Amino acid sequence: MIKHALSGVALSAMLAVGVSNVAQAADKELHIFNWSDYIDTSIIEDFTKETGIKVVYDVYDSMEILETKMLAGGSGYDIVVPTDRNLKRLIDVGVFQPLDKSKIPNLSHMWDEITNRLATYDPGNEIAVNYMWGTTGTGYNVNKIKEIMPDAPVDSMDMFFKPEVVSKFKDCGVYMLDSPDDVIPAALSYLGLPPDSKDPAEIEKAGELLMSIRPYIRKFHSSEFIQGLANGDICLAFGYSGDVIQARDRAAEADNKVEIAYSIPKEGALLWMDSMAIPKDAPNPEAALAFINYIQKPEVIAKATNYVSYANGNKDSQAFISKEILDDKTIYPDEAVMKKLYTTTPNDPKVQRVVTRLWTKIKSGT
Amino acid sequence: MAMTTTGAPGRGWLRWLVVAIPYLWLIVLFLAPFLIVLKISFSTTAIAMPPYTPALDLSAGLGALWEQIQEFTFDNYIFLTEDSLYLQSYLSSLKIAAISTFLILLVGYPIAYGMARARREWRPTLLMLVILPFWTSFLIRVYAWIGILKPEGLLNQMLLGLGVISEPLNILPSTLAVYIGIVYSYLPFMILPLYATLEKLDETLLEAAADLGCPPIQAFWKITFPLSIPGVVAGCFLVFIPAVGEFVIPDLLGGSDTLMIGKTLWAEFFSNRDWPVSSAVAVVLLAILVVPIMLFQNAQKKASE
Repeated sequence: MIKHALSGVALSAMLAVGVSNVAQAADKELHIFNWSDYIDTSIIEDFTKETGIKVVYDVYDSMEILETKMLAGGSGYDIVVPTDRNLKRLIDVGVFQPLDKSKIPNLSHMWDEITNRLATYDPGNEIAVNYMWGTTGTGYNVNKIKEIMPDAPVDSMDMFFKPEVVSKFKDCGVYMLDSPDDVIPAALSYLGLPPDSKDPAEIEKAGELLMSIRPYIRKFHSSEFIQGLANGDICLAFGYSGDVIQARDRAAEADNKVEIAYSIPKEGALLWMDSMAIPKDAPNPEAALAFINYIQKPEVIAKATNYVSYANGNKDSQAFISKEILDDKTIYPDEAVMKKLYTTTPNDPKVQRVVTRLWTKIKSGT
Repeated sequence: MAMTTTGAPGRGWLRWLVVAIPYLWLIVLFLAPFLIVLKISFSTTAIAMPPYTPALDLSAGLGALWEQIQEFTFDNYIFLTEDSLYLQSYLSSLKIAAISTFLILLVGYPIAYGMARARREWRPTLLMLVILPFWTSFLIRVYAWIGILKPEGLLNQMLLGLGVISEPLNILPSTLAVYIGIVYSYLPFMILPLYATLEKLDETLLEAAADLGCPPIQAFWKITFPLSIPGVVAGCFLVFIPAVGEFVIPDLLGGSDTLMIGKTLWAEFFSNRDWPVSSAVAVVLLAILVVPIMLFQNAQKKASE
């Protein structure tokens, strides 16, 4: 409440009292590196207006690019937004600095459900603050699927993992994420095995399942399916919730009579989290803390969610999120579904080799 | 005379500089990066920043440096031979590059021939048309092929409209689409050297052949083609060498089953985060390509003799 009054009334007072502070901040820049199409840009403008800190905002479209830049070091970024497993790996390498939580009072608004899950990757939540989260599930072209198979089990992984079902959609176009970290846990979970299994024999079983449906998959790719679904070029994709929702919105914008829907498989799905963290060599960590605190203001993060249609990890923001999004069970699932969402942990290098090799084998179909 | 004697030392310095610039260029932009890659290829992956060890820290002194150098290992190269994936990728890349080069020669030769035989005043325009696509980014031109080849793309719409096919062709993504992309993208590199040799061809030789009763087709195989071989060789190498390491075209147009070393290297570096193995892949690729480059230089030398 005090926070609220401050931001509303006392901006000019702050300016008057702390001219030197603001001036100091103003000649500083904040460099943010985030996923593409992932923020309402007016949030950045408002932040600059409020603090005088100029924001340089760069984007990437694959996790690998971020991870490689971080591993090389000296990236010059103050805030980056890695996804769970990548976050864990980069934490283990020692890329990030611990957060000075006294500078982020808005952490009090966070949602335990998400914060606790994030602690799997970031023990004690020392390093990262969740920005957005979502699931990995089924994106599909509503009319085409209905046409080919009126009783298609769109709410089940049978859509992909049952050969007699997925084969029906082969010619229509089936895409799958080019990401063993997402697909193999789904296959494991479908087989009734633990999704986070590190047992090579169990992983091989998931591989056999994937090989059996390989002939029906047009391509493994992690982003092409967005445009493919939106244009009506493909009719089924195993992908990230937000990307499918983006495809749905693009199709609606293009008004091309393509209707896209997303569903969370009833067998359970992977819950992923993109979280903000500050690299050790960040040139301006103070500004980074200020930004993280700013974006976790319930109204601000709600604005971001309303724009990108992803759920966020801020409980109090839900009062400001549009009803359309908050009531959408594919974005904010109900409790029963939430319980079925699983998280996974990174593989050690040896298991990773098994996974990568298996993945190449599956992709090349040999 | 006085002018030249005073100018001589200056000119010597200038000459030295002119010779040094290309060498400096090669050292800074080719040799130094290559040595770094070579060094990483002898390292071991580590959970660290950068993700390999030893990182060769000069600040630790020369003794420590020697200790770090002793940690170098050939394991990554041995690993490449143990997993058939890498051999398959190299072979598949060489095959795709070789077939593409042949196709480009088949398409490019008639074009270059037609250009060289066109009326003199048309030639600059024709040459311009060959070069014109370079004004658009390579990446965008490859993307344009997605629009042409995709199931609901221009090609399928046209063929469906004409009634040639009743079901859209699934060309994209596939290895066939990769061939189309490579042939399209590298065609100018074949046409330009071919055109250069064919244009210089002495036409009186063909006239003499005709006078002596040689039919045009035979004259082509006996005179024109042998004389254009330097252009064919130059064009083939200019196309083949970059095509082997091609990454963008197989990534955008190829299917998941299109195996090329560029993609394998990318996965090794970005997905596996195994910088040492990916460096070893790159070094071996370079070694494989040095062979055709040396053959090319030999052929050039012979041609100039």
